[in-house]
Amino acid sequence: MKVIVPVKRVLDYNVKPRVKADGSGVDLANVKMSMNPFDEIAVEEAIRLKEKGVATEIVAVSIGVAKAQDTLRTALAMGADRAILVTAETEVEPLAVAKILKAIVDEETPQLVILGKQAIDDDANQTGQMLAALTGWAQGTFASKVEVEGDTAKVTREVDGGLETVSLKLPAIVTTDLRLNEPRYATLPNIMKAKSKPLANKTPADYGVDIAPRLTIVSVAEPAKRQAGAKVADVDELVMKLKAMGVAK
Amino acid sequence: MKTLVWVEHDGQAVKDATLSAVTAASKLGEVHLLVAGENVGGVAEAAAKIAGVDKVHVADGAPFAHALAENVAPLVAGLMESHDAFVAPATTTGKNIAPRVAALLDVMQLSDILSVEGPDTFTRPIYAGNAIATVKTSDAKLVVTVRGTAFEKAAAEGGSGTIEAVGGGADAGVSSFVGAEIAQSSRPELTSAKIIVSGGRALGSSDEFHKLIDPLADKLGAGVGASRAAVDAGYAPNDYQVGQTGKIVAPEVYVAVGISGAIQHLAGMKDSKVIVAINKDEDAPIFQVADLGLVGDLFKVVPELTKKL
Ligand SMILES: Cc1cc2nc3c(=O)[nH]c(=O)nc-3n(C[C@H](O)[C@H](O)[C@H](O)COP(=O)(O)OP(=O)(O)OC[C@H]3O[C@@H](n4cnc5c(N)ncnc54)[C@H](O)[C@@H]3O)c2cc1C
Ligand SMILES: Nc1ncnc2c1ncn2[C@@H]1O[C@H](COP(=O)(O)O)[C@@H](O)[C@H]1O
Repeated sequence: MKVIVPVKRVLDYNVKPRVKADGSGVDLANVKMSMNPFDEIAVEEAIRLKEKGVATEIVAVSIGVAKAQDTLRTALAMGADRAILVTAETEVEPLAVAKILKAIVDEETPQLVILGKQAIDDDANQTGQMLAALTGWAQGTFASKVEVEGDTAKVTREVDGGLETVSLKLPAIVTTDLRLNEPRYATLPNIMKAKSKPLANKTPADYGVDIAPRLTIVSVAEPAKRQAGAKVADVDELVMKLKAMGVAK
Repeated sequence: MKTLVWVEHDGQAVKDATLSAVTAASKLGEVHLLVAGENVGGVAEAAAKIAGVDKVHVADGAPFAHALAENVAPLVAGLMESHDAFVAPATTTGKNIAPRVAALLDVMQLSDILSVEGPDTFTRPIYAGNAIATVKTSDAKLVVTVRGTAFEKAAAEGGSGTIEAVGGGADAGVSSFVGAEIAQSSRPELTSAKIIVSGGRALGSSDEFHKLIDPLADKLGAGVGASRAAVDAGYAPNDYQVGQTGKIVAPEVYVAVGISGAIQHLAGMKDSKVIVAINKDEDAPIFQVADLGLVGDLFKVVPELTKKL
């Protein structure tokens, strides 16, 4: 079966985001960009399904600026078979991303689409669920375990109270949580090999999707700064201060 | 504006997260609630007592028993014909359902709102809360999820909403509930605890985590949390994780033990009233947000603290 993995190029998680002085957004000039960490987990899961003989082909998809090609090459170096880059010069909202993915799903007819649960830039946590709505497919969000058996996928989900397991009829949508797996690093030979794997160039218009944003960013501001307080010398002083605050008796 | 608020419940009681969502919804207009589940008459009655509630829509039936998004989203989308805004708490249930509803309605969701600035304008955190965006929507209907710590809780008593059954509701036939491992704990729930003690990678093992963190939490009547590193290493279960991609908490006191203070962790706790940090590295970033910092070896300091409290 075919697996589609959407991967987003985002500000690297180790970089501290800086709000632009004019309040128009976060400064992305000359900072390290990487694959969204949850999407690395998604790519890894697809590769493991292929290694188990469950998946036969892995198609990585990214919607974004031309540079998102680098993110796709990373997915290919990890083990994806081919890639589709849908170029858009402006930020595409989750709803429009989901619509583009729906059109790609219609063309590619995968049995599984594995997305990240959340992009760490917009922190939206929407795209997978939206794609599930548009396809009418089942959704296993926040997955910490995925087992494909015949025409169903059993997905263990990280929920507020603990864990929940659902059974999904394939084709289905899965979104990854942190505990699903530990993504592999691409090796140098595989990075070289990835350069010759197929990468198709598309535009939103090719899929007939209008990407005009529904949301307007009025302004972006820094959050209120917290003042660092004092250090205490020892446990006795900490206990004294906690008692003074009424936290301890 | 008529709002429809998703009632988070466990089949017995209304969960606190609902109350913050009600407050957010009341800033938009008339508050209607949706209680979906199986045998949820009792929940509906409790929900009708929440202050400020006009009406409670109750969808009672087997397809809604486990809040499967495939079954619930079409129900909500149907009810949205007569409502203007769907408001869900940003719990794992809310996050699972709301975007599916939004796509059915062809609207862009606003996730994790921090404030209501106007009928179409909200603030929300982006980049792990390192930036706050003010966002205006042009969609005709609203779908928002609400960050619980950003809104006061509506009073659970004092309201007198009318209860109305919602007919129909089918099983979409694409998914089913298999089972759940929901932790039973006598400790306060993380998102509503007044005090939280969280442990990090430095605890080194599940045994040490429980040997050191639990007694301190018990002394303080606190809930227990953890960093991602502690959860990944299996020292604590996944539902303990505090942070950008875990739970967002804002207790009166947050005690971080052996946690470095990565931005992803700070995203989940930096709105706590008082932050106490115990770390052996005096340069650990957690001290930049801590009101009370103690530099020391947690294996010595924590048992001493527990004893002296
Ligand atoms: C996509 C993504 C999402 C993430 N989401 C989250 C999230 O939601 N929540 C979260 O917490 N993290 C999250 N992280 C992980 C985050 O980046 C950090 O890796 C994590 O928070 C580190 O956990 P820690 O502080 O326990 O461990 P470390 O960073 O290893 O810190 C351990 C600390 O313990 C101190 N220490 C060691 N020994 C002792 C001792 N004997 N006594 C006292 N102090 C000691 C050290 O000085 C150090 O400061 C996420 C990361 C990614 C990529
Ligand atoms: N522009 C994009 N290109 C490819 N995949 C995306 C894009 N935006 C979102 N996704 C996928 O959807 C997931 C959730 O993103 P979000 O809903 O924005 O939090 C990500 O982890 C990706 O798997």
